[in-house]
Amino acid sequence: IMDNINAKYVSQKISKTRWRPVSHSSLQHPEIFSTGSWDNEDNKISFWSISSNGGSGMDDGFEGDPQLLCEHRHDGDVLDLQFLDQDRVVTASSTGAVTVFRHHQNTQTISISQHWPRAHRYSCDNAPCTGVVCSSPEIVTVGEDGRIIIFRADQEGVIRVIENADSSTIHAVTYLRTTEILTVNSIGQLKLWDLRQQSNSPSQILSLSGDRVPLHCVDRHPNQQHIVATGGQDGMLCVWDVRQGNSPFSLMEAHSAEMWEVHFHPTNPDHLFTCSEDGSLLHWETSTQSDMPSFMQGGRNNSMISRSAMAPAGGNQSLISAWLNGDTSKGRLETTHMLPSQTLSVNSLDVLGQCLVCGTDGEAIFVNRHVPV
Amino acid sequence: MEEVDVEPPVTNIPAAAAGKHLGFAWGPGDILVYETLYKASGAKGSGSPFIHEVRKDEDIYSPILRKLFNESHHIFVGLQTIREDLPSKNKKPQFVSISKNYRSVIRACMEELQQVAVSTQDAEVATQYGDQVSILLAIELIWNLCEVLFIDAAPAGSLLLHLLDWVRLHKADVDEKARDVLQSESPAEHESYWDVVLGYVLQGRLEEARQMLVKQASLHPAARNMFKLMDTLLSKMPFYNPSGTQTLTEFDVKWRHWHEEVDRCLQDNSFASNQHLEAICKILVGDEDTLLEHKDLLSTWYHFLVTRLLFCHPTVKPTELHYYAQSCLTMFLDSRSAPEPLDSILLAAFEFDIHQVIKDCSIALNNWWFVAHLTDLLDHCKLLQSHNLHFGSNLREFLLLEYASGLFTHHSLWQLAVDYFDHCPEFGRVYLELQIERVPLDTERKALKVLRICEQRQMSEQVRSICKIMAMRALRNNRLGSALSWSIRAKDAAFATLISERFLQDYCAKGTFSDLDLIDNLGPAMLLSDRLTFLGKYREFHKLYGEKRFREAAKLLLSLMTAKIAPRSFWMTLLTDALPLLEQKEVIFSADQTHELMFCLEELTSSLNTAPPGTDKPMQEEDIEVTKVELLRLALARNLAMAIVKEGTVEA
Repeated sequence: IMDNINAKYVSQKISKTRWRPVSHSSLQHPEIFSTGSWDNEDNKISFWSISSNGGSGMDDGFEGDPQLLCEHRHDGDVLDLQFLDQDRVVTASSTGAVTVFRHHQNTQTISISQHWPRAHRYSCDNAPCTGVVCSSPEIVTVGEDGRIIIFRADQEGVIRVIENADSSTIHAVTYLRTTEILTVNSIGQLKLWDLRQQSNSPSQILSLSGDRVPLHCVDRHPNQQHIVATGGQDGMLCVWDVRQGNSPFSLMEAHSAEMWEVHFHPTNPDHLFTCSEDGSLLHWETSTQSDMPSFMQGGRNNSMISRSAMAPAGGNQSLISAWLNGDTSKGRLETTHMLPSQTLSVNSLDVLGQCLVCGTDGEAIFVNRHVPV
Repeated sequence: MEEVDVEPPVTNIPAAAAGKHLGFAWGPGDILVYETLYKASGAKGSGSPFIHEVRKDEDIYSPILRKLFNESHHIFVGLQTIREDLPSKNKKPQFVSISKNYRSVIRACMEELQQVAVSTQDAEVATQYGDQVSILLAIELIWNLCEVLFIDAAPAGSLLLHLLDWVRLHKADVDEKARDVLQSESPAEHESYWDVVLGYVLQGRLEEARQMLVKQASLHPAARNMFKLMDTLLSKMPFYNPSGTQTLTEFDVKWRHWHEEVDRCLQDNSFASNQHLEAICKILVGDEDTLLEHKDLLSTWYHFLVTRLLFCHPTVKPTELHYYAQSCLTMFLDSRSAPEPLDSILLAAFEFDIHQVIKDCSIALNNWWFVAHLTDLLDHCKLLQSHNLHFGSNLREFLLLEYASGLFTHHSLWQLAVDYFDHCPEFGRVYLELQIERVPLDTERKALKVLRICEQRQMSEQVRSICKIMAMRALRNNRLGSALSWSIRAKDAAFATLISERFLQDYCAKGTFSDLDLIDNLGPAMLLSDRLTFLGKYREFHKLYGEKRFREAAKLLLSLMTAKIAPRSFWMTLLTDALPLLEQKEVIFSADQTHELMFCLEELTSSLNTAPPGTDKPMQEEDIEVTKVELLRLALARNLAMAIVKEGTVEA
């Protein structure tokens, strides 16, 4: 598996990596991804291509480095990055600004198409914007100031602000459905917000009882909207059913330091990916059909099975996700390390089709084009 | 005072006018220089308002060299994990392979710099990158030689083969020329043809030389035999095969035999009719004058050295190298030109004076990267044991600390430095402790990364300090929840108390709690400070009350006072909170509990009365206080009566 990983050193610490979406109708492979840097004197957002131009050498498996298409200065650290559509990305900045950049693919240039400076702020200081999620044209951002702000990409003004949405820092946000979002914060809580309600308080709060372990990332199951995965400071992977009670359905020991991102595979959600400050990138696989012989379940990634433990789960519904039905004793959950030994943090990852991209504090971008999913 | 090795270089501060006095302050990787006013007292005038930053290690700021730092960091960390207890026989191949990894990173960097230098439009940038390329070239050349001599430590026989590889790798222009020649219409008549043939011979690439000669031979059918003879000589030259069965002595005999044969041909004037072949023959026999006639093809004294060894002393022992190296240097350089720093460094390496190599490199090169990594590797090979510095701990650690300190001054590369400090057993931790606290923390995410570094190393002092900075910042921005979280993480009881007070003040002022999501979720963290415990418990009381669990609420409220959890200043508020419970139709406080409440009230009022009346409180406020106490007394008395009746009834 590791043979398929290409490292490219890029002279900037990478905070975010995102694939440009591909249209659902075609069976295209992703070709372009975007990265954001942090902690540099001048930070950048960049667009990269992994397609080998000209088509020569494609057949013999030759795969070159990602090639830089274009880059643009970014004021402050890029704390989050999301594609709004094929041409536009939204960034969250440590200066509190939210910016929409347009990638002009014919000229390979980047321009700013919308910019909200100091969207997140304190009365006399900037507050970093920590997370952004979009469902074009709507953009939702969260920040250290505990605010949730809703923008529209085509409107200059702010649509809505939820003041004091959180007394702690909100670290990440995701959509549960078009009118409902979920945030995670630095005291281990998940908060559900119904955007149809005008109230400034969450419709539901879930938390790990008493632990207060900060949560850093969240992702929603692509098909089952009530299932979300979170990762936190202790490196644990939690899978939650937001309909069921207010504590996680399963807890899995994953990393030895902060988990920065968690992603379900968008089309094959039995696969999940996590990355961490401990310098590792994990591929998790669970199988739905327990009748299947074990050799058919995990045949493709039998190397380097790492620690994995799953708390006993309690559901007995007939149709529940494999993630909520975890049972490692039958070998239904496998984890595989996807990077060669590495010491510096893997800050971000994105997976689309068979392609995975991640970025590190070691100033490297890794691309794997043959993820076994 | 100790003697200096070289005159220190002068750095001019451009903005400082001549004749001004400068002051300076040391930094870990740079110096701050400022103009001072040095005048007789009373004299007026203003100095320059600028502070200049003088950097020692400019290379850290090169975007391409950053790749070198990042990639070599990875190799460095890998090297530190090689187990100490492995037998050295097993470790040597690992060390050689690590050395090669370092060199390949240097080469990759060099190639990229070269490309940029060629493609850029900016002449200044091109020069700058060109300079960096030549520095990296020198670094790689020295490293490679150190690898051959010290790390691989090849014995006689193999030694020469390694040195040949070394020269071939760093003198690759013969290949370029060969390409030009072969691509031309008539290679044998190309002006560089003989240069290429001689170049190959000088590097011991005899097979390639023979192939080239074939082209010439076909042009001179009359001299066929002469070319045939040369071809035979070249093909018969023995090379030592370290993996073969032949002993070094056997090889030596064979080589001497061949050497005599070449010498005979020379005496016979076999090649007298062709000056080029004659020259080749003289080279093969190791004729020094002929070799020196081809200085331009050799271009360096160390190429001359290796060629001379190849044709005169192929079984040279490592210990004999220094003698030949010194004499080749003297023979090759004109008496006029003094040796360059690179020459002295290579000469020191041939003399196996590792410390001189490192010292000279430290002086000659503008970065610490090379000496730090090379010294570390040599130290792992146990080549530096005997040497101790009269400052710091040892050479390896000293250089690593210098390099890492430089990295730490960089706004982004500081993260790499942590692993270097980790592997400096004596002073690494102190350095890290001093530096890590000074990393600017712009975001919580960065603070978390810095904290992780400190927590992994049990640096509790730094953890506290970082959390404190973050808590203070949150407090300044009126983010009480975040501030409390940070002080809980730092287990900073005093600060948690301070923030709890702010929460309680807010409550007293507004009548509602802010940040309920946080206070309701305190859990065991509540126990960090008494005031925080009180805050959590008091909020719990409100929750119980809200849920109409009056009895539990009443019990909790009372215990807050009797167990001295509540600060005295808050008792009146708590007693006032008891009022609605006392007014309930149902009896909530038992007779005993009511007694205790009364006791609390009396204790409070007696302590209030001891204060001189009306000192600072306005009359109106005092009136309210008095009314409150009266109301409480009445309610307590009524409740006591009801409780006694009720308790009596039940018992009866």
